[in-house]
Amino acid sequence: MELDLTDEQRMLGDAVKSLLDKRYDANARLALLESSGPEHWSRELWKQYAELGLLGLTFDEQYGGAGMGVGELAVVMEAFGRALILEPFIATVVLGGQLIAAAGTPEQKSTLLPAVAEGSTLLAFGYTEPASRWSLTDITTTATPSGDGWTISGEKIAVLGGDVADQLLVTATTPDGAVGLFLVAGADVVRDTYQLQDGLGAADVLLSDSPAVAVGSPADALAHIESVLDVATAVLCSEAVGAMDRMLWLTVDYLKTRVQFGQPISVFQALQFRSADMYVSLEQARSMALVARLSLADDDVAERRRAVQAAKIQIDTSSRHIGLEAIQLHGGIGMTMEYPVGHYVKRTTVIAKTFADTDTLVEIVGAGGGLITAG
Amino acid sequence: MDIALSKEERAFAERMRTFFTTEIPAEIRDRLARGGHATREDFLTSQQIMNKHGLAVPHWPTQWGGQDWTPVQRHLYAEEMLLAFVPPPLAFNTQMVGPVIATFGSEAIKERFLPKTASLDIWWCQGFSEPNAGSDLASLKTTAVRDGDEYIVNGQKTWTTLAQWANWIFCLVRTDPEAKKQRGISFLLIDMDTPGITVRPIQLIDGGHEVNEVFFDNVRVPADQLVGEENAGWDYAKFLLGNERTGVVAVGQTKARILRIKRLAAETVVNGRSLLEDPLFRAKLTRLEVEVTAIEMSVLRVLDAEGRNGPGKPDPVSSVLKLKGSELQQQATELLVDLLGPAALAYREDGEVPDGFSALPEGSVDALPTFFNWRKASIYSGSNEVQRTIIAKAILKF
Ligand SMILES: Cc1cc2nc3c(=O)[nH]c(=O)nc-3n(C[C@H](O)[C@H](O)[C@H](O)COP(=O)(O)OP(=O)(O)OC[C@H]3O[C@@H](n4cnc5c(N)ncnc54)[C@H](O)[C@@H]3O)c2cc1C
Repeated sequence: MELDLTDEQRMLGDAVKSLLDKRYDANARLALLESSGPEHWSRELWKQYAELGLLGLTFDEQYGGAGMGVGELAVVMEAFGRALILEPFIATVVLGGQLIAAAGTPEQKSTLLPAVAEGSTLLAFGYTEPASRWSLTDITTTATPSGDGWTISGEKIAVLGGDVADQLLVTATTPDGAVGLFLVAGADVVRDTYQLQDGLGAADVLLSDSPAVAVGSPADALAHIESVLDVATAVLCSEAVGAMDRMLWLTVDYLKTRVQFGQPISVFQALQFRSADMYVSLEQARSMALVARLSLADDDVAERRRAVQAAKIQIDTSSRHIGLEAIQLHGGIGMTMEYPVGHYVKRTTVIAKTFADTDTLVEIVGAGGGLITAG
Repeated sequence: MDIALSKEERAFAERMRTFFTTEIPAEIRDRLARGGHATREDFLTSQQIMNKHGLAVPHWPTQWGGQDWTPVQRHLYAEEMLLAFVPPPLAFNTQMVGPVIATFGSEAIKERFLPKTASLDIWWCQGFSEPNAGSDLASLKTTAVRDGDEYIVNGQKTWTTLAQWANWIFCLVRTDPEAKKQRGISFLLIDMDTPGITVRPIQLIDGGHEVNEVFFDNVRVPADQLVGEENAGWDYAKFLLGNERTGVVAVGQTKARILRIKRLAAETVVNGRSLLEDPLFRAKLTRLEVEVTAIEMSVLRVLDAEGRNGPGKPDPVSSVLKLKGSELQQQATELLVDLLGPAALAYREDGEVPDGFSALPEGSVDALPTFFNWRKASIYSGSNEVQRTIIAKAILKF
């Protein structure tokens, strides 16, 4: 058994961390968040991510990628979670890029992946709809064959990175009932853009006979999408662990310095126990994020999916506990925009509603027989 | 909680309901019922109508506009008001400074302030907390030094709710720096227009502006704006905070939130059935309803005892109400977030969408901001840790 990071992974993590330590302190982040322009992230940092090889981390080298695995991606995401980055990395790389890499034709891969890796193309993946919640299949967007390609009609909501994407990958049902994956140019959709509660950019997207090309074959798309969402969920767990770790240490440091009743409030056993419990939750989350990451190597799709879903249940449970306690133990200051802890809470709260919420996952994992089964 | 009420009490509740649903403009109540915020104007309208009908300050002495009601009647009044989504009379006025002035103030100060406090012609804010005096409020450092018939005030208050809308502030200030912590504190009323006062907004994580820092730089305050005795302010503050804690239970507000959640859940279809039929969602909702019913009964027990025995000394049960009441409030805000799914994630100023897009589901604008914002309920009015300490002291007798 080998559970520790490899040297290579550790170096990668250090490189990302050192860039973010320099460039992403709480003030720099707040400045981006509150900047008056339409974009609340840094294109210049995006270039630096490209230079570090992060934007093509898991793509094959023949497509301009670094050819690394999900383990490396998880390391990067944990560092991103600690810094709470605002760039559209999940949308463009984790979802968009990996969907093209998994489902795309060789031609689609060779045009799009190098452009993503070098930072010149932004992607987004839209699948949730006003009435679909997180279901991939319970959708009303339709794809109709048209000449060599397709036209798409429907509405997608809460499309992460949908505000800036040059091209969007969207799900739509074909006339023969398959849920396919289609590539649509940003110019061919109407967008209602906004920031999510955590500050990341997103959009609701309206498609009305928008011209599109199928990504790979519509008949195979769903399986690819599900696999990419497994990977995305697993690395989202790592991001959340990074955020939780910061929330715990921000809180602990605050308890040691905040003086009330003539002493640092860390002397109150009530608060010591509460921070100990936060630490327990963090360790539980860390372990399940590892379960998720390791399970991705499992060839048994059902096993893999169950492990990833279980991990997200733990991550959501832990981050809710840690986040709410982090605010509470800070007192009033924890509720302010000026102070970082609330921003972490907002991010992990959004994560808990990304790709599926806890109840949905509890239901699925439970209905599937759970995790601990006689052997 | 009909079972516990007498016929007369039920009739009283009915009368209140009729008043609130006919006299307070439906436009305001409908907006709040859908998760909208009350504006300054809404608070003014609502409180002025209530005041005209003698209903803004029922718990005050009758001489100053109060009603000779039983504690249970007061509770039913508050409950019906919140269930009808009426902006309540401003707590800083009616629950906090008003009762302090009425109980401890001179006749002159009562006459000067109580009528305008009841009518909201004066909008009060609460200047207690300071950057280094939160839970340890008695360590506050803002000073008031007597100079002839004035006090000169220097220092800083923080977390001052709605100071941006207020025209007066009631402050705890240190008048005797030599005395032991609690003993050297006084209760001073200050006009926000006095030279030397600066208000700086603090933005909260929900994106809203409801609290402020208030700075005092050589602010000259007429000495006749002192309430009661100099250096006795701590006793008045304790009296005020005791009232505040039972007030924040707001069972009616939690019930109103639950009713809204049930209305919306019935219309939200997940996996081919409404969320009300979803076992996991329903279980959370039902457990919450049971706990809210329990806390409501606890409130009634406290009020009943108060009605029989007169206002008792502060009782750990008021801490129970604050602690549990705030947690239940918070749980209700979270259920609304769960209900909305991905539609809760966008941060939007309002519910408008461009042409062609689906209308946003109700709650999508307010659910998450309200969830974040209500974290405050376990922090202010004596944090829940402070409440646990009070309860523990009372039962462990240390
Ligand atoms: C939205 C909002 C509105 C407010 N409005 C007003 C207002 O209008 N006017 C006003 O005067 N104040 C107001 N307050 C201030 C509020 O009363 C204080 O935030 C509160 O007293 C807690 O103080 P603090 O924030 O400094 O936290 P701290 O006292 O620093 O507490 C930090 C943490 O330590 C815990 N703690 C502290 N001491 C102990 C102990 N002895 N044992 C165990 N745990 C302990 C606390 O419970 C908390 O979890 C408001 C606060 C908020 C958040």
